Amino acid sequence: MGILDFLKRKPEPSAGIAKERLRIIVAQERSARGGPDYLPLLRSELLEVIKKYVHVDLDAININVERDSGHEVLELSVALPEIKGATQAT
Amino acid sequence: MTAEIIVVTSGKGGVGKTTTSASLATGLAMAGKKVAVIDFDVGLRNLDLIMGCERRVVYDFVNVVHGEATLKQALIKDKRHDNLYVLAASQTRDKDALTQEGVEKVLDGLSEDGFDYVVCDSPAGIEKGAHLAMYFADHAVVVVNPEVSSVRDSDRILGLLSSKTRRAERGDGAIKQHLLLTRYNPVRVAAGEMLSVKDVEEILGISVVGVIPESENVLAASNAGVPVILDADSQAGLAYGDTVARVLGEDRPLRFLDAPKKGFFQRVFGG
Ligand SMILES: Nc1ncnc2c1ncn2[C@@H]1O[C@H](COP(=O)(O)OP(=O)(O)OP(=O)(O)O)[C@@H](O)[C@H]1O
Ligand SMILES: [Mg+2]
Repeated sequence: MGILDFLKRKPEPSAGIAKERLRIIVAQERSARGGPDYLPLLRSELLEVIKKYVHVDLDAININVERDSGHEVLELSVALPEIKGATQAT
Repeated sequence: MTAEIIVVTSGKGGVGKTTTSASLATGLAMAGKKVAVIDFDVGLRNLDLIMGCERRVVYDFVNVVHGEATLKQALIKDKRHDNLYVLAASQTRDKDALTQEGVEKVLDGLSEDGFDYVVCDSPAGIEKGAHLAMYFADHAVVVVNPEVSSVRDSDRILGLLSSKTRRAERGDGAIKQHLLLTRYNPVRVAAGEMLSVKDVEEILGISVVGVIPESENVLAASNAGVPVILDADSQAGLAYGDTVARVLGEDRPLRFLDAPKKGFFQRVFGG
């Protein structure tokens, strides 16, 4: 490490964060690709409905269009938040 | 005989498509191929400047499409290679000046004239112009910078290439996709500040056809109107040379990926 390096402020190593964020968003966009155009809107409207009952974020909702022989299946999964006290019942 | 159509595209703007189109077309011509390079950026003509032929533009792409000029009249012969021709973009503000039929007619005309390759310099975005530039392609060079928005956009483009092109629609076999990583800075990669070649390859699930370092010679080359591939003293020029060879099927190792070793003074005083 050079003497002057202590004085110069260097940016934080951030490539790792960039990679992780891209991995997630690219996977998500690929799964929606080729699917109907209404998927993103459907996703956010579903969020509104689900939010009336439990508090979840948009990224807890996963929508997939699966194609198999002749028909398409819309697959929806919602990761629910951990229920308080459920892990330790005394 | 039909010409091979290569689109140079990216989604995000300003990542180096025109720089790449100029060097790719010049490199293919240097390899003995008869090449035309077309500027699809209607309203924002730029390729002519990078190729150094801006003062010789009389007719443009749209004039040919509308039958106001023949291909022969509109093609500008490169002053360095007589098997290389430039077709300039129109400066019209009418975004609908190009049509799919019109583009097809021009590409067919180039095939008939014995061209081996047609390089299509796409405008940024995923609108009509970008769509027309990629629609007839056999190969695609997807230009990407090691930066989040560029990587995400290039994934989007890779998706469009495999669904919204003539090859995809006809089931003629996939377009050959080449990922070109440009403006790469090995020092910043080593410091963990920039995505590495491996990172980008892993995220997109496709390996690179080349890596072009960030280089001040690119600006110098554009100032002079000489494609940077002709600057054999620059790493960017040499990296473009390798890339063209790989597009032509040659196997060449990647170069210029490592940060130069720092000398004693640099280690002590930084730099
Ligand atoms: N390897 C490189 N090193 C340094 N500068 C570069 C490099 N590649 C491109 N540039 C610079 O980046 C800028 C944008 O390049 P270029 O015009 O080729 O991008 P583009 O993708 O065609 O842009 P647009 O989307 O507007 O058509 C230019 O100033 C160019 O000199
Ligand atoms: Mg451009």
